[in-house]
Amino acid sequence: MFELNEDQKMMQKMAKEFADKEVAPGAEHRDDKEEFSRPLYNAMAGLGMTGICFPEKYGGADGDLLSYILAVEEICKADAGIGIALSASVSLCAWPIYAFGSEEQKQKFMVPIAEGKKMGAFGLTEAGAGTDASAQASVAVLNGDHYVLNGSKMFITNASEAEIYVIFAMTDKSKGTRGITAFIIEKDMPGFTFGKKEHKMGIRSSKTMELIFQDVKVPVANRLGKEGEGFKIAMATLDGGRIGVAAQALGIAQAALDAAIKYSKERIQFGKAISANQAIAFMLADMALKVDAARLLTYRAAALKDAGKSYGKEAAMAKLYASDIAMEVTTDAVQVFGGYGYSREYPVERLMRDAKITQIYEGTNQVQRMVISGAILR
Amino acid sequence: MEIVVCVKQVPDTTEVKIDPVKNTLIREGVPSIVNPFDKIAVEVAIQLKEKHGGRVRVVSMGPPMAKDALKECLAMGADEAILVSDRAFAGADTLATSYTLAETIRKMGPVDIILCGKQAIDGDTAQVGPGIAENLGMPQITYAAKIEVNGDTVKVDREHEAVYEVYEVKMPVMITVVKSIAEPRFPTVKGTMRANRAEIPVWSAADINADEKRIGLNGSPTQVRRIFTPKQRSNGEIIQAETASEAVAQLMSKLSDAKII
Amino acid sequence: MAVIVNQEKCIGCSACVPACPFNAIDMAGGKAVINEKCTLCGACVPVCPVEAILREEVERTALMDKTQYKGVWVFIEHEEGAVKGVAHELLGEGRKLADELGEPLAGVLIGHNVLAMASDAFASGADKVYLVEGPEYEHYNTDAYAAAFTDVTQTYKPSSVLIGATNNGRDLAPRVAAQLGTGLCADCTGLSIDPETKLVIWTRPAFGGNIMADILCPEHRPQMGTVRPKVFKKPVADPARKGELIKVASKVKAADLRVKLLEIIQVCTTSCNLEEADIIVSGGRGMNKPENFCVIEELAEVLGGAVGASRAAVDAGWKPVMHQVGQTGKTVGPKIYFACGISGAIQHLAGMSSSDTIIAINKDVDAPIFTMADYGIVGDVMEVIPLLTAEFKKYKAASK
Repeated sequence: MFELNEDQKMMQKMAKEFADKEVAPGAEHRDDKEEFSRPLYNAMAGLGMTGICFPEKYGGADGDLLSYILAVEEICKADAGIGIALSASVSLCAWPIYAFGSEEQKQKFMVPIAEGKKMGAFGLTEAGAGTDASAQASVAVLNGDHYVLNGSKMFITNASEAEIYVIFAMTDKSKGTRGITAFIIEKDMPGFTFGKKEHKMGIRSSKTMELIFQDVKVPVANRLGKEGEGFKIAMATLDGGRIGVAAQALGIAQAALDAAIKYSKERIQFGKAISANQAIAFMLADMALKVDAARLLTYRAAALKDAGKSYGKEAAMAKLYASDIAMEVTTDAVQVFGGYGYSREYPVERLMRDAKITQIYEGTNQVQRMVISGAILR
Repeated sequence: MEIVVCVKQVPDTTEVKIDPVKNTLIREGVPSIVNPFDKIAVEVAIQLKEKHGGRVRVVSMGPPMAKDALKECLAMGADEAILVSDRAFAGADTLATSYTLAETIRKMGPVDIILCGKQAIDGDTAQVGPGIAENLGMPQITYAAKIEVNGDTVKVDREHEAVYEVYEVKMPVMITVVKSIAEPRFPTVKGTMRANRAEIPVWSAADINADEKRIGLNGSPTQVRRIFTPKQRSNGEIIQAETASEAVAQLMSKLSDAKII
Repeated sequence: MAVIVNQEKCIGCSACVPACPFNAIDMAGGKAVINEKCTLCGACVPVCPVEAILREEVERTALMDKTQYKGVWVFIEHEEGAVKGVAHELLGEGRKLADELGEPLAGVLIGHNVLAMASDAFASGADKVYLVEGPEYEHYNTDAYAAAFTDVTQTYKPSSVLIGATNNGRDLAPRVAAQLGTGLCADCTGLSIDPETKLVIWTRPAFGGNIMADILCPEHRPQMGTVRPKVFKKPVADPARKGELIKVASKVKAADLRVKLLEIIQVCTTSCNLEEADIIVSGGRGMNKPENFCVIEELAEVLGGAVGASRAAVDAGWKPVMHQVGQTGKTVGPKIYFACGISGAIQHLAGMSSSDTIIAINKDVDAPIFTMADYGIVGDVMEVIPLLTAEFKKYKAASK
């Protein structure tokens, strides 16, 4: 039932070659030094990976979402931090502008991201507003032809590297979630600064920082959508971004599975490869099953979105399952490697550290369950 | 400028292993790739086109699946691709292959530069490029490490043992390239999609007016008598010693005993 | 002509599938089926336990009167006034073939003012030397050399021709073979005569050295092959030996040379002339830093050898590509090859497997290089190599 078409296969092959040759070699170093590589992002973007699923007239390649998801998966197999940089820029920043922005906004802000010339970021989370996104404390007050934005955002991927930010702030607190508005903020706007850099457990090659807004003047032309539409835009964006996170978790899990299979054939104990033991073989079988199931859920969600069908529940299922199994599979992979798995010299402990975040961001797995139960109990 | 690049789809011989028990080739899961030297030739061709204008066409003689290799070249930026494929070509050695590709290129029209990779990583002969040049009556320069076009002449730095020989020749010319001349670019997303949609014409032996006595097995003076796996070098010894200086001392005495030094 | 699986005889054991180097056999409905990738090489035929695979022999009409072609010829390649080592090696091996066939051994010497080299050829066993001289042959040039070689061959009709698989040899041979419309085997590492048919059996590596093939050129003459340098031994020179010198007029004019040599750029000296070196000290990624190559260079200098590098070291920019050994680099066959910090990937092995003695130094006991090496030391290259250099210095001093 599920066969990738020729376009998708070629996209996957192209992304895999790039990932193997350009992304994989520096992954360990970037994790060790907590270093993001803008040149690497630019190389990916230069080849067109940021534009895969946008139309040609908006700087894209007219491909489908599944082709993009395949590319994200391949990049994440090599370095999940670089993969999320791509995903956040495209799915969380370029996409909402493409879906909700005016023609001028698309040309000015979204096309450069699709073409790879600029990088994007998404700022919704705050210190006091995680799963409870409606508790936005950032405020934007209309003052003639511009808004004045004050507040801060936390845990923002691509912060300080991105030139374009989709930011959410309260414009009318009395309206609750319907009082939240989305804005497009540019890096050099006066009053917009960056706070501390997060030192994370995993995806250390991705840059995560605090955003600080102090009386930032945001032209009305930079408001994305209408006042009060912000929450709707945020939720719609996260729905799609979820598939990207599922692809990331899938890539991490596949990398761990591949490494564990290879190691199990090479490691000799009691005169034979450890893969000859059923205990290990059965572990690997379970891991392979989980990865395959996650893959089918992820590709299915992407295919639904491509077909213009409703995909919210399926995207949540994909993200929930892929991230949970990524955690399981990477943990098991470390186990298969035994003592060596615990050592920083082998790749699996990094994969395990990288996997954890996929259960948390872009909607915790608890939120995913809310989405799924909400859909099935309607 | 009209540039034609000859490309071959080959098994990735770096992935091929020998089954230690059965002494046979293990090819399961060995992917088919564009011959790495040919990919480099395509890169050179595209760079020349970017500098001097013109057209880059890639041609391959192979089974229908060789279209995938041609698509990769289109994705890099080649303008057109042609596959010349016919059951009658089966069993061709380098002489028959050179004839077939030469006739194909002849049909493609006037050409200024024919680029070939140094050798194919499966056959390892390095014979087809010069064979094509002879069939078309063109001069040849092999082992090119640098190519510069000036008007109607080409200047080539040729790798030769410990020196570079700098040659000049008037086009048309056939040039084979070495690894160091260029690094093949990654195909872009748009290039990949365009390539996938491209229509690649398939020419048969009749389409190129091939003399049936000169193609395929009929046109191959050489034939394979047998194929075998090479004898592994008989196991050497790893010197057992506590310290490096002990190991070195042991090695020296073994080398002198064996009269190697 | 085809390779056919007799479907009735086939028992579906699929032994033929892995034997095919081209992935041309599929199993369908429990029987072996040959697909379009088949190149008719016949590797599957002997593998079938029930002899179900048949390669139809084609009725080849005799194209030429093979009895007219006699003689084993060797291309006497020379550079800067001296005959190249490989030409001597081929005269040595050619002598054996000629004796077995009962035919004369001849050298083909093309150049400008190269008459003196003819006696070198006689000393190494040639019975005759065909000499083509002229200023147009001053430096190797495809147009001139191919025309001359083809002309001599068509006039004097050898049964087989051996050319060294050097850069120029591999440039010349296919051009000549195409002009003559005959078969050419590349980069041979073995030569023998089939006792029944008296054909030359050309043995050569393919698939990056993963397999060996025996090739024949049954109907066309001359049978041609390029031969890898440093595989065969140079014969002991007998300066007293004489032979017949046959001068052939050059039919090439200066205007026929379409490719002009402008200049020669020296890149390095003995240290990168890997093809001629008797000793090569090679470094790979295990050297860790480009600066560490100095210990390799020191050892090479003490031994009077050349410096080689693996593809990984060259790609990392530690050494220029002129030093690269391997399938995409140079093929070498020194007496001693030191592989230092080189893991031994198959493409590297393809480039140095002809070495007489391989000594490997690597800190990883599982490195594949140790399966190929005659001697191996598991250790830190930065420790071991300087010790080796010191030992060789002592050894040289002692043997003076």
